[in-house]
Amino acid sequence: MHPLADLDTDIASFVAPAKRATLADGRRGFSGVIVDVQASDADGGLPAAELERRLLEMGFVEGARVAILHEGFIGRDPICVRLDDMRVALRRRDARSVLVRPDVAR
Amino acid sequence: MSVLDLKPAQAIAALAAPVRVALVGNPNSGKTAMFNALTGSRQKVANYAGVTVERKEGRLTAPSGRAFSILDLPGTYSLRARSPDEAITRDAVLGRLVGEASPDVVVCVADATNLRLVLRLALELKTVGRPCVLALNMIDIAERQGLEIDTERLSRELAMPVVGTVATRRRNIDVLIDQVERRAALTVHAGASAWTEPSAAEIRALHREAERILAACVRPAKRPDTWTGRLDDVLLHPVAGILILLTVLFLMFQAVFTGAQPIMDLITAGFDGLSGLVGQVLPDGVLKSLICDGVIAGVGSVLVFLPQIMILFLFIIILEDVGYMARAAFLLDKIMGGAGLHGRAFIPLLSSFACAIPGIMATRVIDNRRDRLTTILAAPLMTCSARIPVYTLIISAFIPRRQVLGGLSLQGLVFFGLYALGLVSALAVAWVVRKVFWRGLVEPFLMELPAYKAPDPLNIARNVLQRGQIFLQRAGTIILSMMILIWFLSTVPGKPAGAPGPAIDYSFAGMIGHAIQPVLAPVGFSWQMSVALIPGMAAREVAVGALSTVYAVSAGEGHPAALGGVLAHHWSLATALAFLAWYVFAPQCASTLGVVKRETNSWRWPIIMFVYLTVLAYAAAFVTFNVARALGGG
Repeated sequence: MHPLADLDTDIASFVAPAKRATLADGRRGFSGVIVDVQASDADGGLPAAELERRLLEMGFVEGARVAILHEGFIGRDPICVRLDDMRVALRRRDARSVLVRPDVAR
Repeated sequence: MSVLDLKPAQAIAALAAPVRVALVGNPNSGKTAMFNALTGSRQKVANYAGVTVERKEGRLTAPSGRAFSILDLPGTYSLRARSPDEAITRDAVLGRLVGEASPDVVVCVADATNLRLVLRLALELKTVGRPCVLALNMIDIAERQGLEIDTERLSRELAMPVVGTVATRRRNIDVLIDQVERRAALTVHAGASAWTEPSAAEIRALHREAERILAACVRPAKRPDTWTGRLDDVLLHPVAGILILLTVLFLMFQAVFTGAQPIMDLITAGFDGLSGLVGQVLPDGVLKSLICDGVIAGVGSVLVFLPQIMILFLFIIILEDVGYMARAAFLLDKIMGGAGLHGRAFIPLLSSFACAIPGIMATRVIDNRRDRLTTILAAPLMTCSARIPVYTLIISAFIPRRQVLGGLSLQGLVFFGLYALGLVSALAVAWVVRKVFWRGLVEPFLMELPAYKAPDPLNIARNVLQRGQIFLQRAGTIILSMMILIWFLSTVPGKPAGAPGPAIDYSFAGMIGHAIQPVLAPVGFSWQMSVALIPGMAAREVAVGALSTVYAVSAGEGHPAALGGVLAHHWSLATALAFLAWYVFAPQCASTLGVVKRETNSWRWPIIMFVYLTVLAYAAAFVTFNVARALGGG
């Protein structure tokens, strides 16, 4: 990922708040609010509807606050996020289904 | 206290059928601690029919004399089952399990410091239509954090009694029992359950309702737990976290590998001594052989696994209890995922370096059935300690003691090569199983990392003992009967008086060995080796003794050096290398197959394992033998 990608999303959200980023693109230190949970049928993964429900059941729900606390040491994957007051680990490929609005200023 | 000592009302209560209570809750909610607090040692562990899921049931007698039967169900976030374990929870709650009545009362166990998801589960449970009670467990931690929960309001909102409990200290357990009893006494106008599998929209709606209740009843912690965050900064650190994990795993491996050895030696010596004593009393004959070499040796070969199993589970249960296991899975997910394995598969595979028996038992740390089976199938390829005597014997007899590549011992190099071959094959097998047989089913890695907490020694001790007991009762009986079968094959029929050669040559094992010899000739095995493979099924290290027997190395010169000399005289280098290759793969261990039967609850998987390992072993030995011969090792 481009080192400035994180900055890009910040600027994007500042300029055009409607533009969405996914949790999978975030780096350590990212924080924001979940705006949508929408899975798509990825190759070799679960059916989209099933993945969506599993994410919802784990608390990845619209309006929940999310922040990336830790990243794995190979390919920055998986990630450990704070989800409201819980901690959850997930892979970036599954985090693609979680659309977020980054906090504007840190 | 007998029924006759009770007051009439109590006696009637005691004689009535026990109240069936099901414990349901999120993972890490302290549900098992609650089960232990309620039932103490009156527990029974079995399997649900046809699945690998454990059924834990316990008994409890309330102060009123009323009997309860408590069912501890697998942890879940929803009744919408995602794994066989969760399907059991769903079916048990809904009363759909064959031979299992639906529960009279459902107790929803919650971690009081982490209510959001369990409130949604509680709302879902309500739709089932059974009376519910919510236990806010670990309420002491919530109090310490200054978390204020309005339990009366919560009880009104959820329309179920709410009790704050501390299962590990038995706080308010009596209040909980009392509430359960009251709920059970209510006339249940239980119609059909209104529960249906919720859609995404329904989950969202239930979650919003849970959020509303949470906001209305719970004031956030004044002193939230900061330790978990601080510990995670170190334990999940890309460098420090990995180093700490490797240290923990190294200590665990050392404890299993070397720590258990003195106790195992003691057990072996004890049973050898017992066998010797009994042997002096009994007259020579088949009965003496059955008791000494069959039964006593068989019981010994079951008990000898116990130290390793208990030590390994001590580590696993402590790591689970403090909350570290989820972190280890996080750190290892990428590496293990590359081979198609779950992050948690690391612990069973590492343990299998000591012995596949505790390793395969440890696969129950993996929730997903496919991930668990993949790990079980790969585990016996890890080089277990029972292979060491075989490798040592052959290497010291056939590999020259010289240095290569500037100072490396050739013998050491071969030894290391065998270890590496085992590890690489295990990962390759896992990869193939995952990609070829269960293609297209990558389970998401979606796991809550619980807050760290101090381990509860009583709980740990109880769970470790329970593992040992389960092994003895379930796997032990299978292993013992296999040992006696192997003894029978190797002993019966006996050697006719005055006949030449070793007695085993005249037994069924001898006949089988001779019969399969043509099949094994292409891999360079002599008929003596074919015969030795049959008693060698008892355990891999038994091969050394079995070879001594078939080559009639007399007891006096039975130490490995003498046997090595005999083998060096009889075998070519190509045969020796083929034998080593065979032992990397071959399922020469009846106990492993027995424990796979126990863990998968079916003969299907041990049979698949036996077949695939034998095919691999044959192929490896065939290639090794022919390549070695072509290079002049014949």
